[in-house]
Amino acid sequence: MNGRTTTFLAALTCALVLGGCVTINIYFPAAAAEKAADKIIDEVWQIKKGEDAAKGDKPAAAQ
Amino acid sequence: MRAAVWLRAVLVALTLGVAGVALAQANLEINTPAVASLKSGMQQRHAQLAAFYASGAVGLTRDGNIALRDANAVPLAQRQQVNSLIVAENQDRAALYREIARANSKPEWENEIRATFAQRWIEKAQTGWYYQNPSGNWVRK
Repeated sequence: MNGRTTTFLAALTCALVLGGCVTINIYFPAAAAEKAADKIIDEVWQIKKGEDAAKGDKPAAAQ
Repeated sequence: MRAAVWLRAVLVALTLGVAGVALAQANLEINTPAVASLKSGMQQRHAQLAAFYASGAVGLTRDGNIALRDANAVPLAQRQQVNSLIVAENQDRAALYREIARANSKPEWENEIRATFAQRWIEKAQTGWYYQNPSGNWVRK
């Protein structure tokens, strides 16, 4: 493997990887956003873990 | 020979970089002081709003806000208070969506973050609360 081939391969790899990064970042990470939203909503509405299924009988905020 | 060493170093660095990006993608940044302060303000306000959700006076809108749904469900003396609560809550929600987008260096994501929240607020709402369906009609959960 001579120097020129190596340089070419390195450049190609860089181009592909950087291109891949840009592609990844264009798309909105829906699953991550959902996870973040759930975490914040649980805190704001004081929903305890596991209460999701049983919720509905009384308001989360104790009066 | 030296070039091969360089190539290997570059490849290792890129691999680590890609792994870092992949990890960052798995979570959105929500641990900022601004998000924390919005959250605690909204949490305190919720203690006052909960009764209005339960009575159906206030409902969750399809665009990630809250709105006065039935003014008649609010005693006259409390109408001013409920309106102020709604305005303040919607301001905080807008700030929250904007701040999450900003914290992730993607201000253009604000609307998608809002849309995600809109779905999740409704999903996590308690039975009996009102929300807007996609066509804008109020539905009791």
